[in-house]
Amino acid sequence: MDYAVRPGLPAVRPPLMKRIADASAPYLYTAPALILIVTVMLVPLVLGVSYAFRDVQLLNPFSGAFIGLDHFRALSQDEAFFRSLRNTLWWTGASVLLQFAFGLVLALLLDKPFRGRAIAQALVFLPWAVPSFLAGLNWAWLFNPVVGPLPHWLYALGIMSQPANILSDPQLAMWGPIVANIWWGIPFFAITLLAALQAIPRDLYEAASIDGAGAFQRFLSITLPFLAPTIAITILLRTVWISNFADLIIVMTNGGPADRTQIVASYIFTQAFKRLDFGYASAVALVLLALLLAYSLLIVILRQWLLSKD
Amino acid sequence: MASIDIANIQKSYGVHPVLHDVDLNIRDGEFVVLVGPSGCGKSTLLRMIAGLESVTAGEIRIAGKRVNELAPKDRDIAMVFQSYALYPHMSVAKNMSYSLRLRKTPKERITAVVVGAAAKLGLEPLMERRPRALSGGQRQRVAMGRAIVRQPKAFLFDEPLSNLDARLREQMRAEIKKLHKDLGATSIYVTHDQIEAMTLADRIVAMNAGVVQQVGSPLDLYDRPANLFVAGFIGSPGMNFFEGTYHGGATPLFEIEGGVHIPLDAPAPLPEGAAATLGIRPEHVVLAGHGPQTLLATVDLVEPTGFGIILHLSLGRAGFKAFTNDRSFLTASGTIPVRFPTHQLHFFDGEGRRV
Amino acid sequence: MRVKPALLTMAHRLAILAYIAFALFPLFWLLKVAVTPNDLLYSEGIRLWPSRASLEHFDFVLRHSAFPVFFRNSLIVSGSTAVVVTILASLSGYALSRFRFRGKYWLVTLMLLTQMFPLVMLVAPIFKILSPLGLTNSLTGLVIVYTAFNVPFATFLMQSFFDGIPRDLEEAAMIDGATQFVAFRQIILPLTLPGIAATLGFVFTAAWSELLFSLMLISGNEQATFPVGLLSFVSKFSVDFGQMMAAGVLALIPACLFFLLIQRYLVQGLTAGAVKG
Repeated sequence: MDYAVRPGLPAVRPPLMKRIADASAPYLYTAPALILIVTVMLVPLVLGVSYAFRDVQLLNPFSGAFIGLDHFRALSQDEAFFRSLRNTLWWTGASVLLQFAFGLVLALLLDKPFRGRAIAQALVFLPWAVPSFLAGLNWAWLFNPVVGPLPHWLYALGIMSQPANILSDPQLAMWGPIVANIWWGIPFFAITLLAALQAIPRDLYEAASIDGAGAFQRFLSITLPFLAPTIAITILLRTVWISNFADLIIVMTNGGPADRTQIVASYIFTQAFKRLDFGYASAVALVLLALLLAYSLLIVILRQWLLSKD
Repeated sequence: MASIDIANIQKSYGVHPVLHDVDLNIRDGEFVVLVGPSGCGKSTLLRMIAGLESVTAGEIRIAGKRVNELAPKDRDIAMVFQSYALYPHMSVAKNMSYSLRLRKTPKERITAVVVGAAAKLGLEPLMERRPRALSGGQRQRVAMGRAIVRQPKAFLFDEPLSNLDARLREQMRAEIKKLHKDLGATSIYVTHDQIEAMTLADRIVAMNAGVVQQVGSPLDLYDRPANLFVAGFIGSPGMNFFEGTYHGGATPLFEIEGGVHIPLDAPAPLPEGAAATLGIRPEHVVLAGHGPQTLLATVDLVEPTGFGIILHLSLGRAGFKAFTNDRSFLTASGTIPVRFPTHQLHFFDGEGRRV
Repeated sequence: MRVKPALLTMAHRLAILAYIAFALFPLFWLLKVAVTPNDLLYSEGIRLWPSRASLEHFDFVLRHSAFPVFFRNSLIVSGSTAVVVTILASLSGYALSRFRFRGKYWLVTLMLLTQMFPLVMLVAPIFKILSPLGLTNSLTGLVIVYTAFNVPFATFLMQSFFDGIPRDLEEAAMIDGATQFVAFRQIILPLTLPGIAATLGFVFTAAWSELLFSLMLISGNEQATFPVGLLSFVSKFSVDFGQMMAAGVLALIPACLFFLLIQRYLVQGLTAGAVKG
């Protein structure tokens, strides 16, 4: 490794103690975090994978035996699981798209300085700080005709035939958590996109206006291309995150009515928390993990393909 | 204060060598300037002396003691950074006293030393300010103050003036020189600016591509550059070079591209017919005369600098510059007579070494 | 054809107002029901503000319910998590920012992976691991779990703050006589205070909001955190809307406080760390 040293002039090696001290410094700084991550995340992950092939029930002290692929056989017959898979797609797709669309508009609105921008920004970003369980409860109450105004307004507008709770309507229930999720998630997209917007050099816009580009053309030819990488990364990461995000559903509907709002993540939690069937929950989790890996792989391949085309 | 010895120092990052076998002895109290273009390894060498970079091979001794394995804090040296590296969250006084406080120096002594250094640098009215509230020159002074309160064995300067504007740079240059005169401390100063090197140094170490090209007093390097690199690097406007062939005999001459003959008074120490490079500084070109030594050069461009005039001239296809204080040349055009006094000429062989 | 600039400005302000209304309305409604006396709750239905406001629900919740305990528990858990995570993340973020070392690539990869996989997978195994250690139904157990979950993101956040501090500063300190660790503590950390505040805020908010693991790991009332207590209250007394919402308003307070503190670092801080490259 070292540069070829002249003969007769040995390379200088510091004393052993100092070399050990120097080499170990970065590991000492990172060790506490690393140990914690390994013991609290990696070990349970491996354990969880093993549960998928074992019969683990919390209330049954004789459980724990290796049962091979039994859970997965049961899973392939499980109507509720397949419904939750379809619901996950619906939940994730609608949430991400609407969060992104509203977030982008908000970021564009906040990009240019105006009087009171700081305070407006603080107010519109506020939902981001609201704990997810409270966001869920809050929206559940808003949809509740007893204390919430939304059913009455929808009725008054003629959208609903009577002021009912959409959370108990199997056809509409999923919209409840989705609306709550949009309200809660807009700030995340807006913050990310706003930062990307503000990183665009201002003189580009000036140059474009001098060249005669209108506002819309400037958006298409400067803003969008500059935002594209951020948009792509944020949407991809957010898709994975939201598909796993069960808090709102567990708080608002608990998967009901009749499993119409059950997504895979909330299904896993219900299996573990309500039925205390850790083995089956872990099997479902393993399938979810495989699906997410497949999704990520697809994205990577797609990216390679797009890059190779250029 | 102490001497610093650098014995056969080498440095490489992985397989990339950045310093080849540097050998240098700096005497107690000496002001040595490491000069060279960026990437020549001068800063790396300085940082190795400071202990901020590890030594791949060789030995560094401060006051005769090997320091290769010592942490920077145990080497008892002070350093002034290009960015000044003032601690933004501390006042000027706190910045200057930080090293003393780390060493648990008694309070009264710290106060005395800091006040003394502040007086020397004219920093008294600024002691409670944060670095953010200082101008570039003031920050520079605080950085110097932080170095001198320590009374270290040696001062290291890493391009300390390159963030200042031209006028301030000149002023601080003089102050550094004065400070060195007062304190007499061993100093190593890194710069890419040959004027700083010329004006400050007791000795200059010219470096290029990780190799020391020449070590000597400023005038040594100016008058007798060891090779083409040093000849070209020191001096502004730079030395003129003509590639060509030497012809000895009764009337020795140097034939340059385009068949132009430069006549010589005396034979040069070159073999007959050798390919070589002839160098002459612009201020040594004589812009007058007649007789056999005189050549006719074409005037391409006249650049007045106020202080003097730089003439861009050409002989055949070879362009060169001449410097004069005579304002009558402001209107020069066409061709003018020039003469290259032989005793002012430098010859470099095919490898670029001085002969 | 040019649209009048004044008209554009109007549309812009109206759009901003619409967003603000949408963002604030649910919180406003929460507050409104919380201050509506029970006898008016049903009779005045969807009026925007009750004809008579009272703090009776807050009074009840604070004096006669377990919510102060839940609140205290959540405060302990979130506060401890925030402090511990910030300390660990400062150390590891500093290492990632300043050292080159073997294994750095793997460390970063591991930390990124933990951000990708569904944490709900870990609910069952973590319960199984903590249970024999007596760390279920314990605030300590929650702090450990939350700390591990938040360390990776906090590390990247702190790393981005350290990256913004010139290396010259600690080199100058080391020449002035400090060891690397002293330079880190006395020079670098004080300069990272905004970053530390932001990290504290992010982690506190995340821990305060966490639901699934606290539901799974906590069962009794004594150790219940706010979300667990609120949800069990909701399922038990689902008609006491006024009290539930008063409790909800309480849950909002610390999160909002922290949000206001870190608000101005949001756009620069979050993205500097998260969306690099």
